[in-house]
Amino acid sequence: MRTLDARLFQVAFQALLLTAGVLLRDFSLLPAQMALVLASATITQAFWLRFFGLRDVGYLSPLITGFGLAMLLRADSLWVHPLAALLAISAKFLLRIRGKHVFNPANFGVGVALIVLPGAWVSPGQWGNDIGIGVWLVALGALVAQRARRDDAAWLFLAVFLGLTATRLFQLGYPVERGWDVFCHQALNGALLLFTFFMISDPMTLPDHPAARRFHVLLVAVAAFTWQFLFYRPNGALWALLCLAPLVPLWDFLWPGNRHNWHGNKPLQTTLAKSGKIAR
Amino acid sequence: MKLNTFTSILSVHIAVLAGTAHAFCGFYVGKADANLFNEASQVIVVRDGDRTVVSMLNDYKGEFKEFAIVVPVPSVLQKGQINVGDKKIFDRLDAYSAPRLAEYFDPNPCDRRQYEMARKDGSGPIMSAAPAPATSSRALGVTVEARYTVGEYDIVILSATQSDGLETWLRQNGYRIPKNSAKALAPYIRQNMKFFVAAVNLAEQAKTGFTMLRPLQFAYESEKFMLPIRLGMANANGPQDLIAYMLTKNGRVETSNYRTVKLPANVDLPVFLRQGDEFRNFYKVMFGEQAKKEGYRAVFTEYFWDMGWCDPCAADPLSGDELRKAGVFWAGGPGVEAPPVAPLPGQPQGRITPPRPVPGAAQPVMLTRLHVRYTPETFPEDLMFQETKDRQNFQTRYVLRHAAKVEADACPEAKPYLEGVSKRQEQEAQQLATLTGGDISAIRKKLSLPPAPPQKPWWEGLWR
Repeated sequence: MRTLDARLFQVAFQALLLTAGVLLRDFSLLPAQMALVLASATITQAFWLRFFGLRDVGYLSPLITGFGLAMLLRADSLWVHPLAALLAISAKFLLRIRGKHVFNPANFGVGVALIVLPGAWVSPGQWGNDIGIGVWLVALGALVAQRARRDDAAWLFLAVFLGLTATRLFQLGYPVERGWDVFCHQALNGALLLFTFFMISDPMTLPDHPAARRFHVLLVAVAAFTWQFLFYRPNGALWALLCLAPLVPLWDFLWPGNRHNWHGNKPLQTTLAKSGKIAR
Repeated sequence: MKLNTFTSILSVHIAVLAGTAHAFCGFYVGKADANLFNEASQVIVVRDGDRTVVSMLNDYKGEFKEFAIVVPVPSVLQKGQINVGDKKIFDRLDAYSAPRLAEYFDPNPCDRRQYEMARKDGSGPIMSAAPAPATSSRALGVTVEARYTVGEYDIVILSATQSDGLETWLRQNGYRIPKNSAKALAPYIRQNMKFFVAAVNLAEQAKTGFTMLRPLQFAYESEKFMLPIRLGMANANGPQDLIAYMLTKNGRVETSNYRTVKLPANVDLPVFLRQGDEFRNFYKVMFGEQAKKEGYRAVFTEYFWDMGWCDPCAADPLSGDELRKAGVFWAGGPGVEAPPVAPLPGQPQGRITPPRPVPGAAQPVMLTRLHVRYTPETFPEDLMFQETKDRQNFQTRYVLRHAAKVEADACPEAKPYLEGVSKRQEQEAQQLATLTGGDISAIRKKLSLPPAPPQKPWWEGLWR
């Protein structure tokens, strides 16, 4: 029996969270930016599917990317969002090694926008730290991650990152009560939880072999922590995932494993490889 | 012993302050055993790359000999990195960025000429609101890294290896610091931060001729873009206010570990806010209501603008010289003047249009004005900031629309106009009630509505 594509749940949750964010959290996101990013992602996907003559590849992936960009990226103009979506989806088709795309599209789009595009930024504090939101994100995200069957990535990332955070607080000599408050404040950061459950858990851009995957997630968590708490720069998790993504093909070469398949939807790289457009 | 109070000037206009509190960036440590009171603290943070200049204003009202302040700093500061600034700069920044009222006058509906919206500056912005706005040192692990006298301040820079030792050292040297300070000091010591301790040198103070203490400024390099608000919370009760003027080159500044929210602005409000202190009171209550609504968990943006221009201008933009005094190290030196803002007679509200980019011209200066009301529970961590690439201007501006004085039977247009006016006034009253959490009926009472013809019941004429 065909099970539902896990990404359907992801799209639904992302739409729900984005709506909640726009309505309750005063996101500085315009409806037009939201519409443009989704449209641009879908059109870019359509273009590349046509260009490569691909069938059987759906439009869930660009929707997820579009929602991801809308949740993360902020801009003071209308063109940044659609351009970031165009770059993100194009990178998914063009930056491939052995048939597998290198970067998580939303992660790539945000990173490129931050580095290259004027008037683009990410607001890591925008979700606030309200406990309710944290719990909801965990609950919803866990469901998505479990359905993608690579839930180990999300939980491992969270465990390592928060473990390091707790160690740091202990090492800084915080009294227990105060340290606990600070820890909760950091652990319930909405942006961190979103990253954990919607970005690093993306099974397509993690190593295929379970051990390699865990190793890679560990590296990302340590790099994110270092960036944020030793260099005091924001958005550590985003930069860590982006900068370490080029290592994944190496891990896949060293430790080959089974490639992830979304249920009910042929994976793009299989289709691409089958059609002879790219080398496997 | 005297009550030592630390109030910041601007907060006097606005802040509803409760309880005992300490300054935002460190302990204010008086030597008297009395409650220290602190209203809104004000700070200017100038930052580009790792280069940072922080200016702190204390509106200290007590005996100068009892004044002392402890601030964690990232490194041992040289004498040249410390300066005694000018309070006027804070006043100028406040005036330039303060929440403002804009007034518009409806044209007479009977006047058939092409109307131009008459805009009139209500005697300048109503400046409300600022927020608007006996063991040895070695045994204690405390090292006196440097001692300077700068202006009226005697400054000691300490490094410490243990928080208990630092607490003891400060007590032994006559500083009254809040109980359990050691716990609050520990994380800064472990991060290898130094402690800047300033007290007033009475002889030097007398020479200055000032009756108040001038702001302290420090310049340093640090990868951390933060303000250590936690230290000042050591034994604070109730919420404290901080107004931070962030001056950067590229864009709006926001907090990266808390939500940064724009205050509701550009809203039409009842015209009685023009009278007396109504606007200041409105802003004070509105800010309190919004802060409460966010559970004291958010940082509010009150203003963001390129300092080269303004529209409407609440005050002239700062000159190059004033900006340098504020610590803007990339601003033009003396002689670079801000464009004049005084509106010409008969001209609308003051405004300065964006300067055309001139090759080789001075680098831009962006001002973000942040206002936060925090409690120890809701702000468990120090404030961390990031500069975004956002360049969309924002100001807390509120609009009054004065109705034209016209009789209902003066002309055919008058009646529908007056009906529109009373509808609009009802909306303005509701908006005011929503923003301030106020009582709508009390607001209605204050409104002096123009005589509007009674509404016909909807069914009148139905059966004819």
